[in-house]
This record gives sequence, C-alpha cells and structure tokens, in this order.
Amino acid sequence: MVRSYLPASIRHHPATLWVGVALIAISLIALPFALSMVGMAWVRITNLAILFALLALGLNIVVGFAGLLDLGYIAFYAVGAYVYALLASPHFGIHLPFWVILPIGALFACFFGVLLGSPTLKLRGDYLAIVTLGFGEIIRIFMNNLSEPWNITNGPKGITTIDSIKFLGLDFGTTSRFGDFALPGLIKYYYLLLFILMVVIIVNLRLQNSRVGRAWEAIREDELAARAMGINTTNMKLLAFAMGASFGGVAGGVFASIQSFISPESFTLTESVMILAMVVLGGMGNVWGVVLGAILLSFVPEILRYTVEPAQKALFGKQLIEAEVLRMLLFGLAMVVMMLYRPAGLLPSAVRQRELSRSES
Amino acid sequence: MSLLTLSDVKISYGGIQAVKGINISVAEGELVTLIGANGAGKTTTLKAISGMLKPYTGRITYDGKEIAGKPAHEIAQMGLALVPEGRGVFPGLTIEENLLMGAYHRRDKVAIAQDIEVAYTRFPRLKERAKQTAGTLSGGEQQMLAISRALMSRPKMLLLDEPSMGLAPIMVQKIFEVVREVAAQGMTILLIEQNAKLALQVSHRAYVMDGGLVSFEGRSADLLHDPRVREAYLGEAA
Repeated sequence: MVRSYLPASIRHHPATLWVGVALIAISLIALPFALSMVGMAWVRITNLAILFALLALGLNIVVGFAGLLDLGYIAFYAVGAYVYALLASPHFGIHLPFWVILPIGALFACFFGVLLGSPTLKLRGDYLAIVTLGFGEIIRIFMNNLSEPWNITNGPKGITTIDSIKFLGLDFGTTSRFGDFALPGLIKYYYLLLFILMVVIIVNLRLQNSRVGRAWEAIREDELAARAMGINTTNMKLLAFAMGASFGGVAGGVFASIQSFISPESFTLTESVMILAMVVLGGMGNVWGVVLGAILLSFVPEILRYTVEPAQKALFGKQLIEAEVLRMLLFGLAMVVMMLYRPAGLLPSAVRQRELSRSES
Repeated sequence: MSLLTLSDVKISYGGIQAVKGINISVAEGELVTLIGANGAGKTTTLKAISGMLKPYTGRITYDGKEIAGKPAHEIAQMGLALVPEGRGVFPGLTIEENLLMGAYHRRDKVAIAQDIEVAYTRFPRLKERAKQTAGTLSGGEQQMLAISRALMSRPKMLLLDEPSMGLAPIMVQKIFEVVREVAAQGMTILLIEQNAKLALQVSHRAYVMDGGLVSFEGRSADLLHDPRVREAYLGEAA
C-alpha cells in the first residue's frame, strides 16, 4: 500500500526500502532525546511543528485537493481546542478522558465545517476566501465574547489548567520514571503527535488516489464538467470541508492539552494565513510537500529567534533588527521568491504543476 | 418509443424568458438536431435537459422518468451524457485521466480498459497523446476527447452542445463523421448546432428554434430542401 507512493527506484529494491524505513523510524524515535539535550524548548517547538503539519494536511484537503480557498481554517482548530478545554478542565468541572473528547472535538469541528461549507457551495476563489475569512473571525469573536450571560468560554481570559492527556497509566503532563530512565511529558506528546501525524498522512495519501480524490480533482479542474461526469459536486465539496475541519479539530484538542491553557488569541487570522502559507510553500496537493512546508515555517522563525540577536551582537556589537521584524522580512522575501521561481511549491504535486505551467503558456 | 420528451418547456434566465414553450421528442436510436441562430434558446434548452438549469414550467421525461429540475449529476448517472459547450475537458489531467473520469461511475475495470482502447481506435490522435494534458490539445482534439469521455460512461443518450464551435472546417468534418458513426452504432443523440447545413446532413430529424420557440420541425432531408429554412439558416436565396 505505502509502497505505491514511493519512487520506482526504491520500490524495486525491497531491501533498500526496509533499511530506509528502519533508519527513518529510528531517527524519529531518537529525535526528541537528541533535541532535549539542546533544550526542552526544542521538543516543544517540534511538537508545535507537528501540530502545524496536522493542520496543514487538513487544510490541504480543502485547498489542495478540492481547490476551495479557505482563509478561516484556524476556526476548526479553535473549535477542537475549546471542546477539549471545556470537557477536561475545572471550568465546568468536567474531566473526560482524551479518547472520548478527541472524537467529540472532531465531530464538532466537522459540524462547523459543513456549516461553513453549505452556504458557500456556489462560491469560488476570491469570494469563497472572503466568506471563510469572515467565518474564522466570527468563531474567534464568539470565543472572545461567550462569557456572558452564561460563561461558556471564559472570554478573553481563556481557559486554564486544562487536563493533560492520560493514557496507559502515563500522565502526559509530567515526567514518568522507569528506574533511571526519565520520559518527560513533552516527549510523550511528541510520540502521540507523531502517531496522529502518520495516521493523517496515510489518510491523505489514500484519499488522493481514491474515487473521492479523483472527484475533487475533477471539481478543481472544471466544476461543470465534473457534474456532467455524474459527480455530486455538492456532497464532494461538503466532504472536503468536513474532513479538513475534523483534522483541524483533532489537532486543536491535542494543542489544548499540551498548552494546558487556551484563549481566543491563539486563533487569529494570522494563524490561518500561516497554515495556508505552509500548504502553498510546500506544494498544494502534495502530502509530503505540505508536511515539509509546515516543518520549515515552524522551525525557521524559532531558529531566527535564537540566532539573530547573538549574531548581530557579535557582528555590530548591538542588535539592529529584532528577530520578529527580520522574520517577517524574510517571510515576505521567501514568498516573493517562491512565487517567481517555484509557484507550485517546494515539492509540487504533479497535477498542480501541470495546471500552473499551462496557465503560464 | 421516445427516449426523451420535452413538453411545453419554458425556461427563464435571469428574468428573461429564453425558452417560451417548446415540444421536442427524441426516439431511441435517433439522431435529432436542434438548430437555430445565436440566442434562439438552444443551449438553454440543453442546460435544462442536463440539469444545469431548472425550467419553470413543463415536463422533461427521459427513459420514462420525469427529470426536470433533477440535479445534473443524477441525470448524468441515468445515462444521459452531456458534451458541454466549449468542450469542458479537464485541462490539467492527461487524456487518459480524462477518459477515466468519464467512467467515474463504472467499476468494471476490464471493460473500462477496453472502452479506452475503442476511444483510441476511433481517434488515434488521442492515443498518441495519451499521457499529455488535455490543455495542450488543439480545439478539435479536445472535442474528440470530450466526445470520447462522454461515451466512457456507456450512456443511453448523448447530448452534444455545438461540437463544431471554433473548429477548423476539416476538423468539423471529422467530428461530424464520428457523430454519424456513433449514431449508426445505435446511440441516441441530440445535437445542438449552429452549422445548420452539416447538422441537417447528418441527422434524421430536426427542430429549428427561433426566439425561444420551435419554428420548424421535420425530417432533416425535407428541411434541407425547404425554401424557408434554406433562406433563413443555410444562407441561400429561396
């Protein structure tokens, strides 16, 4: 199954394949321990990078596969996070286990996905982008204001002391000790996230080559022709919104439990744009490209944060440009360079690349 | 027995009545053409048949079932295949992927592969370019692909919307040859055309539309020699 997604040169050498898989597996397992030697902060950053990869993969279904531009994707992340926070915190005094809440969060996000999808079925491109952008803001503003007359979301103060995930007797919020061996909570989260990421990647790859994936492709190319092929475009578009949203919901739930604190501030338009940028930078419609985009855009700002100040101090004796400013500068520059030289992304999807090269000619 | 019947169909398009009550019937195995000038309501009629538009009154029955107002994908699944105006191929997909998309609702992989071969035999040009994207094809080749793709669903009836539009005369000849050939194999076809002469030459029966109404109807051979039709649509003095 997985083999069919690999290049032919590897597929025909099973030994190479298994050695490769083993090497990747070992490095992924060892990675958090190596990172924790540099500093626990890097494990946290890696976890956030995986969360963003989950979000980018979810958004890729909507934007990359079905071709529906969504600028309010963070709303589904917010819904998942708030569902988790409300069902596992002292705020309502409810403390459900995570394996109950994550599906509920996914379902809720899915519901909101359909809620956003159904009135926008006839919209495309810019118009759809505007409506989805508005939707994202509506959700955030709701979270900000649903503290009166009944206090549901606790408003801008957010929800604190959210339960950590507990699984197999392990509390993901604290360090577990097995004799001399210590397993910090963040590393446990890393493994959980890695597992979810692998599941989501497999679902994405399977979707791409399925009948549903082909229907999305047809809709993206020519909606009218897709209908003439007997494809129910209404249902297929709603399905894209629903699936993308539920992935976002799951990611939101894990986010809430890792952070143990959420507030509407985490779910702004900037975040939606950032996730979209990951999808575009990596390569819309290409699963591996999207993961790469998410990892790059999560790590580069952090690396800058740690290097810009010391580098400038060493060079000029004082800090001239703040890391945050430089980050936005580089970001803008990277986007311009990308659009000029690799408009289909770092790892473009085959079909997307064809579509782009055609529109240029 | 008639496979498709339109009775007293009226269609409005943004407040303007584009089709003002028409009666059309297509019998099984027949090649019927609907001709008329620009804006006569031909394409609107076809859109209503294929489910892209909903008529505000009148009945459209296909294969014994009322289909007026049904969603387009359901009508397509009932075996009424539309070849859209301007061809409507999937430009970023290859020829082969386009053909496979035509067979979206079929699961018989072996028969699908055979039908692709049939399409390639009919248009060897498509086989040569099987791995090329449809967007790189010429207009005529795209039309070949659009017709082949519609046939991939193994439809009971084919709706062709202006297949000659924007094509070189030699290509138009080729396309019409294929239309005739497909009809000869027993396919029921409703052909919408502006090129009245060619359409009348290949079809069994014809309806002439003017200002949203059917102004003439009859056997194509007769209409070809009807002085009124010759004057108005074939550009000849009576």
